[in-house]
Amino acid sequence: MEFFIISMLNGLSYGLLLFMLSSGLTLIFSMMGVLNFAHASFYMVGAYVGYTVSGVVGFWPALILAPLIVGALGALFERFFLRKVHKFGHVPELLITFGLSYVIFELVQLIWGRIALNFRPPDLLQGPAFTLINHSVHGLRLLWGAAPAELCSAAEAGVRLVCSPFPATRGFMMLVALVMLGSVWLLLTRTRVGLVIQAALTHPETVESLGHNVPLVFMMVFGAGAALAGLAGVIGGSTFLTEPSMAATVGSVIFVVVVVGGMGSLSGAFLASVLIGVIQTFAVAFDYSLGTLAGQLGLQLGTYALGNSLIKLTLSQVAPILPYLFLVLILIFRPKGLLGTRED
Amino acid sequence: MKFALKVVAVTAAALCVSAAFAQKGEVVKIVRIDPLTGLLGPVGVSQLKGYQFFAEKYSGLPVPGNPGQPGNPAGVKFEITGIDNKLSPTESLNALKAAIDQGVRYVIQGNGSSVALALVDAVNKHNERNPGKEVIYLNDSAVDPDLTNSKCSFWHFRFDADTSMKMEAMGGFMADQKDIKKVYILGQNYSHGVQVAKYIKEVLARKRPDIQIVGEDLHPLAQVRDFAPYIAKIKATGADTVVSGNWGSDLSLLVKAANENGYTGKFFTYYTGVTGTPTALGTNGAGRVYQIAYSHYNMGGQMDKWMAEFKTKYNDDFYTGSTIRIYEMLGAGIAKAKSTDPVKVAAAMEGLKVTTFNGEVEMRKADHQLQQPLYMAVWQKADKKYPYSPENTGMTLAPVKEYPNYVSSTPTSCQMKRP
Repeated sequence: MEFFIISMLNGLSYGLLLFMLSSGLTLIFSMMGVLNFAHASFYMVGAYVGYTVSGVVGFWPALILAPLIVGALGALFERFFLRKVHKFGHVPELLITFGLSYVIFELVQLIWGRIALNFRPPDLLQGPAFTLINHSVHGLRLLWGAAPAELCSAAEAGVRLVCSPFPATRGFMMLVALVMLGSVWLLLTRTRVGLVIQAALTHPETVESLGHNVPLVFMMVFGAGAALAGLAGVIGGSTFLTEPSMAATVGSVIFVVVVVGGMGSLSGAFLASVLIGVIQTFAVAFDYSLGTLAGQLGLQLGTYALGNSLIKLTLSQVAPILPYLFLVLILIFRPKGLLGTRED
Repeated sequence: MKFALKVVAVTAAALCVSAAFAQKGEVVKIVRIDPLTGLLGPVGVSQLKGYQFFAEKYSGLPVPGNPGQPGNPAGVKFEITGIDNKLSPTESLNALKAAIDQGVRYVIQGNGSSVALALVDAVNKHNERNPGKEVIYLNDSAVDPDLTNSKCSFWHFRFDADTSMKMEAMGGFMADQKDIKKVYILGQNYSHGVQVAKYIKEVLARKRPDIQIVGEDLHPLAQVRDFAPYIAKIKATGADTVVSGNWGSDLSLLVKAANENGYTGKFFTYYTGVTGTPTALGTNGAGRVYQIAYSHYNMGGQMDKWMAEFKTKYNDDFYTGSTIRIYEMLGAGIAKAKSTDPVKVAAAMEGLKVTTFNGEVEMRKADHQLQQPLYMAVWQKADKKYPYSPENTGMTLAPVKEYPNYVSSTPTSCQMKRP
């Protein structure tokens, strides 16, 4: 039972991290039609800048400052580079962000080195947020913080006692992602700025003729998207690993999230990222393969067939590529995504 | 006429004398093909530093009275550079080509048995098609047993103990521990991980058939950042021991996830001492995490002095003892062959015995596998007896059992074709 709960929480936290990343990407795409290939690079810059800033002023100020710095970098990039190629169409915009991702990758290695950095979370977040104690006789119990050692070892024979701590860093990741989702939604629907942004999404010329500074809006949106990626970077870098290849590992998955969720749909991105996170985490737990499926259906497979590497492939081994499988299926059966609004 | 004959005789004698000392001062260029970037980059970078550190120590003739400058009997100078292969077999073949184009005849590789298998094949083909430009492949860490069995090659020399040797020792140790009942095998999904799983199952079935293998998982190499789902799975099976051949980030992240998610079972590993894992372990895992290897941090004697010097110079730990054995064996081989030509040196290194930091080791002629003692070490607090602490953790790997050459040796099925 505790396995299910912990795995669910692990999957949700991973999914929410993906959402933090892909929300910025989907915002930028829906506002400006630019597919930002450098989005995962902003994530990486956020982690590295967060590491440096937290070394100077501590983790909590870095949590605010690092995203602001990354957002400013994003806004500057939009103002001085992206705007210049805007008039040439979508493909040049895509290419320039692609080039930016390479430049950022090399710059990060030049400044911070090629080796992974030890970006430790603050003391408050070290250790478990809560511990689930599953006693086979007394049932499930929840304890805030770490459980003392005596509670985790079974005193009587025949009793199964399992302690499952849930790390505080992951709990914090989920909290920040939810707060961020809430505030972005409030911003877009309840404030004037948000209304202008939503209008500029579909009718930029009309909005401009009403006197709003649409290029400034675009710059702010790009900066905000980069800032969201930077925030995800600070949290992801301290929870997982801060190293030069961290952009490459999440880069492809966030595109999957955006496509599966539907281009331009924030709620679609939320749904897709949570779905992918939970399914990928649970898939690791299952060792079923086509061979076992055939066995359960009553088909008798010969030893040669059972030894075939494709039939022997278990779900846990393919877990990392499941998101891409979803991408292919969505593109075949529902190209506009789960909750997509744009017809592109 | 007599005078002309004398001149010819003296010239011939002089030429012979100079030929005998041809190796002295000769530069032997070596290239190490290994990842220098990426998730496993830190390991490759640290090991390359070790090679360059010991290249100085083993170059030139021995300095009498200074055990810290052992040199080599032929007096050659070793020069080593590294080429990044990004852990990819295709990149490694390009790197091999680049090294050969630079005139390098000795190639070292170790991280990644997948790369090793590709390299052995490429070296065999190159040597067959280019007589006179042969290349020797010195393997310092790729432990897939196939390299000295079905894929053995005259041009390949392995300095690490292969998986069959390590598993025999590890299985024997585990068999003596009566509290081990359920074992989970976690590995990287390539030749090495698959072989580790195969051999541990075979050894345990032989020595302790009552031990239950409750699960086996192979994950992609150097891709997984979050091992929490695997730890949750291991806990759900109730395994009290995990056996893993993981290395580099795959082991340090596994251990980190085990600490965070409260897994308190035993870990039997190959590479606890490798860059990154000591920091990830920290003070957790004392008395629970074991490593089987051909060396440990507290070998004593000159080794301790060198490790301290390395730490002061690079602020990094030296753990790849094969580095030393390669230089010793290469130096002895060149002196025995009286030449740096790879064909002669390879023939000379076969069957060669060298006394090194852990006693006498022998490069077995049948399969080019170094026969050496193995040590089972456990992670514990550093104390006066075992003081060396990696990555400033305050902990160390202390030896609990030694397996001498004749115990750790395993048979081979190699049918080597010699030129």
